[in-house]
Amino acid sequence: MLRRDVVAGLGTMAASFGAAKAADKPIRMNPHLPDGTRDEASMARLPGKQPLIRLTERPPNYETPIGVFRDAITPNDRFFVRYHLAGIPSMENLRDWSLSIGGDAAEHPSRFTMAELQKSFKSEEVTAVCQCSGNQRGLSEPHVPGVQWGQGAMGSAIWRGVRLKDVLQKVGVRNGAVEVWFAGADRPVMAATPAFHKSLPLPMAMADDVLIATSMNGQPLPPLNGYPARLIVPGWTGTYWMKHLTSVEISTKPQPNFWTRKAYRVPAGMFAVDRPFESQQDSATWPITEIVVNSAIAEPLDGTRGTRAGFKVRGVAWDRGHGIRSVEVTFDAGKTWRPAVLGQDLGKYAFRAFSLASGMLPPGPCVVSARAVSNAGESQATALVRNPAGYHNNVPQTLTVMVA
Amino acid sequence: MIRMVVLGMLLMPRPALAETGTLAAGDGRDTVAATCGTCHSLDYIRMNAPFLTPDVWQAEVTKMRVAFGAPIDDDVAAEVQRYLNAHYGTKP
Repeated sequence: MLRRDVVAGLGTMAASFGAAKAADKPIRMNPHLPDGTRDEASMARLPGKQPLIRLTERPPNYETPIGVFRDAITPNDRFFVRYHLAGIPSMENLRDWSLSIGGDAAEHPSRFTMAELQKSFKSEEVTAVCQCSGNQRGLSEPHVPGVQWGQGAMGSAIWRGVRLKDVLQKVGVRNGAVEVWFAGADRPVMAATPAFHKSLPLPMAMADDVLIATSMNGQPLPPLNGYPARLIVPGWTGTYWMKHLTSVEISTKPQPNFWTRKAYRVPAGMFAVDRPFESQQDSATWPITEIVVNSAIAEPLDGTRGTRAGFKVRGVAWDRGHGIRSVEVTFDAGKTWRPAVLGQDLGKYAFRAFSLASGMLPPGPCVVSARAVSNAGESQATALVRNPAGYHNNVPQTLTVMVA
Repeated sequence: MIRMVVLGMLLMPRPALAETGTLAAGDGRDTVAATCGTCHSLDYIRMNAPFLTPDVWQAEVTKMRVAFGAPIDDDVAAEVQRYLNAHYGTKP
């Protein structure tokens, strides 16, 4: 790694800030983002990453440029970065990493080193979308406060590790367990700030496809994507995918932490779920859990030029684990829709690539959009389903190509 | 190699001087930089502009105090809110 990569990262604020100011603007910022976001965002390079769209520096919140979603697997060095709190563990801090498994409903509390973890349990793999709950928040009208993400706070990768269930069973789950609590190595700046802790209902924690992953797309997890181990919760939003996982507690009680009780909540019953998180529901709000069906167009980019010979639309669609049944594309602002060609099925939690050639086009603005339907028959929302935190925005995006 | 990936435990007590300068000039700027900037970079403010009403900016400041434990007294909070509304709020 080059010295300048380090300086452009998070080493020292003064240095990184200076470097960031010199960075390029993104090729294209969605015109529906807030003005301040469009002014502020720039392409910037974190250690080990290609340039990403930097929304905030500290803690780092960087999104993947939309063009990367041409492919159904998101490369590690283009994968988005999202932290809540600015105390990020260094690789040095993590060198002596081990995972503690305990809690008041654990039979035999244990601690595993990386070698023990990998030796003791069968290796499993899942291809799954990791998507921030607030992905696409910045495109909500009216805008709501929060990180003003476009569509790039997501990615799909091949995660490999051990089943959480296998680890829990080895340690022993006592009767009366209701949740499994998780903590990672990142820390708040001030002691008074709640550390980022999350939990899962026990049935979800025992699901076969929930992993403690140590590898991503065949490589160790990148430092900014949870090295050396993170939780993989296919079908659920990224808030549960604890990075730098250090502690797992099997508990008889619902976790009381701010990040579960107060943050990451949606109005009760507003969004369909198959596996409700009952121990954290109250009459007004539920925890956000399952991803809603959605799609993203990677190319062409909005505002580009095309010829009358036409162009090909490429993108990805995904949902909470039913899989994608169909994607339709319009080239005439929604007057007519045609089925796109779906790419290889990489699994029910993965991105499903789609593409469709426009054919010959009349001159003038060509307004393109895509909409996906899941195997459960769920469609993207036709109008924003408003909620205070701006979660689950899956309104189809439109873009315009000038055909001449 | 590993040492080169310097992320460090970033316990930055204050934003860099250069970062303060990225906020719009005006009464309260230094207070905002010092208080808000203790825990997060100031781009959070600009990113969330200019669409927050005074009520919502107040709710954000209250969240930082109550939920996140920012040690800000009422006078400082009022100064921060005045600045945010003046420079990064909705225009009347």
